[in-house]
Amino acid sequence: MLSRLLPHPLLTVTLTLTWMLLVNSFTAGQALLGVLLGWAIPVFTRRFWPDRVRIARPWWLVFFLVKVLWDILIANVTVAALILGGQRFARPAFVAVPLELRTELAISILANTVSLTPGTVSAWLSPDRRTLIVHGLRVTDPDALAHEIKTRYERPLRDIFEPPC
Amino acid sequence: MLELAISALIIVGAAFTFIGSLGLARLGDFYTRLHGPTKATTLGVGALLIASVTFFSTRGEGISLHEVLVTVFLFITAPVSAHLLAKTALHLRVHSIAPTPAQVEVADGAQAGETSR
Repeated sequence: MLSRLLPHPLLTVTLTLTWMLLVNSFTAGQALLGVLLGWAIPVFTRRFWPDRVRIARPWWLVFFLVKVLWDILIANVTVAALILGGQRFARPAFVAVPLELRTELAISILANTVSLTPGTVSAWLSPDRRTLIVHGLRVTDPDALAHEIKTRYERPLRDIFEPPC
Repeated sequence: MLELAISALIIVGAAFTFIGSLGLARLGDFYTRLHGPTKATTLGVGALLIASVTFFSTRGEGISLHEVLVTVFLFITAPVSAHLLAKTALHLRVHSIAPTPAQVEVADGAQAGETSR
């Protein structure tokens, strides 16, 4: 019964917050309208969201986000230096990263993170979702790059979305 | 003092956005060019948005936070569009400095076989 009335609590919270930020005013009236939209949209679009998103460890997600933001800052500086310094230092390569993640959302977050962080863009995901091909701007050691992505981003994402039961 | 900080942020933001666009022109092939707009610009736009939040929040009309949404949408859309562009480029075999991965050709071949059957 509860899952019919409130199929996706996380989506409801996200939509409400998005509404508050969109109207850019934090009054009781707007909050009420936001909650109403946050409740109604998931209920009416229930068929588009077959699986409920499950975040096993929300607080780890916060740490992950902070770490990624910091990495984005570093990434920007290194890529900017590479662009200004010319191509002499660029050594592009495609690297295959074997995936252990199974959740769709977790794989999307991993691919997005890879694209936003140092010198890598996620380029291709194999149809069976077991390999992510990453294009690196300056790859000296492909195995080390794959290992770094796995330990730095994939492992925390596994802990957050797919903890060992 | 505050105006100085805001101006500095705007200049930093503009500089990074410019470098990102410069990357589009200077880097070698399609795949390396993708790196410029996905990364250098995120910090550029980030700095501009922080400047915007600070400016509008200190004008005494309450805090302004809808810039946060711009950041969130940008961080979601930039990698997704880069991924799609790279994927399409791989599929069309756009010229690449780096050797293209074998897995893509295998999967593409299998798909082509399925559709031609």
